[in-house]
Amino acid sequence: MYVAVKGGEAAIAATHDLVAQARRGDPNVPELQVAQIREQMKLATARVMNEGSLYDEDLAALALKQSQGDAVEAAFLMRAYRTTLPRFGSSEPVDTAHMAIRRRISAAFKDLPGGQVLGPTYDYTHRLFDFALEAEGAAPQPRECDCALAAHMPRVLDLLGAEGLMETEAPPSGDPAPTDVTRDAAVFPAGRDARLQMLSRGDEGFLLGLAYSVQRGFGGNHPFAGEIRMGEVSVMFAPEELGFEVDIGDVTLTECQMINQFTGSSEAPPQFTRGYGLAFGQSERKAMSMAIVDRALKTRDLGEACAYPAQQEEFVLYHCDTIEASGFVEHLKLPHYVDFQGELELIRKIRREQDERRAKAPKIEVEA
Amino acid sequence: MSVLARASLAELTSLTSGIDLPQVEIVKPAEIGTLMVEGRAGGGGRRFNAGEATLTRCVVRDGARLGFAYALGRDKAKALLCARLDALLQDDARRDVLMTQVVTPLADAQQRRTDDASRRVAATKVEFFTMVRGEG
Repeated sequence: MYVAVKGGEAAIAATHDLVAQARRGDPNVPELQVAQIREQMKLATARVMNEGSLYDEDLAALALKQSQGDAVEAAFLMRAYRTTLPRFGSSEPVDTAHMAIRRRISAAFKDLPGGQVLGPTYDYTHRLFDFALEAEGAAPQPRECDCALAAHMPRVLDLLGAEGLMETEAPPSGDPAPTDVTRDAAVFPAGRDARLQMLSRGDEGFLLGLAYSVQRGFGGNHPFAGEIRMGEVSVMFAPEELGFEVDIGDVTLTECQMINQFTGSSEAPPQFTRGYGLAFGQSERKAMSMAIVDRALKTRDLGEACAYPAQQEEFVLYHCDTIEASGFVEHLKLPHYVDFQGELELIRKIRREQDERRAKAPKIEVEA
Repeated sequence: MSVLARASLAELTSLTSGIDLPQVEIVKPAEIGTLMVEGRAGGGGRRFNAGEATLTRCVVRDGARLGFAYALGRDKAKALLCARLDALLQDDARRDVLMTQVVTPLADAQQRRTDDASRRVAATKVEFFTMVRGEG
């Protein structure tokens, strides 16, 4: 139990001033503009949008500026702001098959219809410092191909589905509206919809660690990156007052489809099973981790033994939320004087009683 | 509406600066809210909530015509301007001028940006070859 404390107003006001100064740093260095963060720290803003569960690049950039680059604090600002806004509705499910591709690779299939494009990736860089970035330079001019990419690039796993060796992903009958864990608390066992929503909001580091554990043997699955794609997808919305769908703009998404060996069980024949990851912005590590953990959490559906941490949905889903986890861990910093005083009294009482019992007990003489 | 939603306020202001846009009655002032963006498991399976996005909407009236705007982001001035344009685009007397001077140039610019981006990405098209041990 947490007992509230009073006081400290002056100190708190002073710390607000001090944090503003610490955030600004050396005043002789030009102040960082929000637009600079939005344009030049895109991978950081993507993480803030994912864990803040709100797509808005300007807000994510402001959140990073306000939090001195602390991604978790920035995500907290996004979540808090979100609660002040009305929700106008839900979009139509995004169609990632019609993504304007900026990156599309497969580690399982060499030749894909539409081809593989590396896009902007650090994968094939040497991880050596580029000290030229310490100086301001002219805007880079990337090379261009004469012809643009195909407008429609089918999802690779959809192409394979026809053979029947791949687990199918089809909507349940009636294509029901998904559970929303921001409105109704998650119940266990959780449906795939609730699981995917919670993983989408989940901490990248936590999911990465779990995905790594699966790969190292704590999960019994060896995944292949069937397809990873990143690019812009239109968001379609059918407002009630309009009565038809309108295209309201693009969001950048990263999608990952993992393929896993599966030797079959009492519930399902031998086949390849799938894990799915979808993240805001260019967030490949997050999407890949999410896909591996999504597959690990299918344990119950596929009749597998649930033997490893990544397969235990209550463990994974209850602990993957950045804001909830940091809130509970970090609240330990706040004054707990009453709780601690209570525990102190309890320990003293136990000690006192123990001492009294010892004093009363008859002494047993031990002969040498 | 999709072209207007993707335009920036600066682009819209500059393209409409020479056009006399009549005043309209505001039915719903520009308002910022969120939209839950849905995805599908595996891309084509069960629907799930991927996360919210900010969205601004606005409704205006020009005579008997209602103009709507829905655009991702939090730009109220842009939403109002888009709603006014949406109402006026339904007016046959104004439609051609607005299409020629505002919508078509915006659509062309957007298409050009998409094509440029696509050609730069196409330059990173990759062909991997598998090496067989003992070959050569």
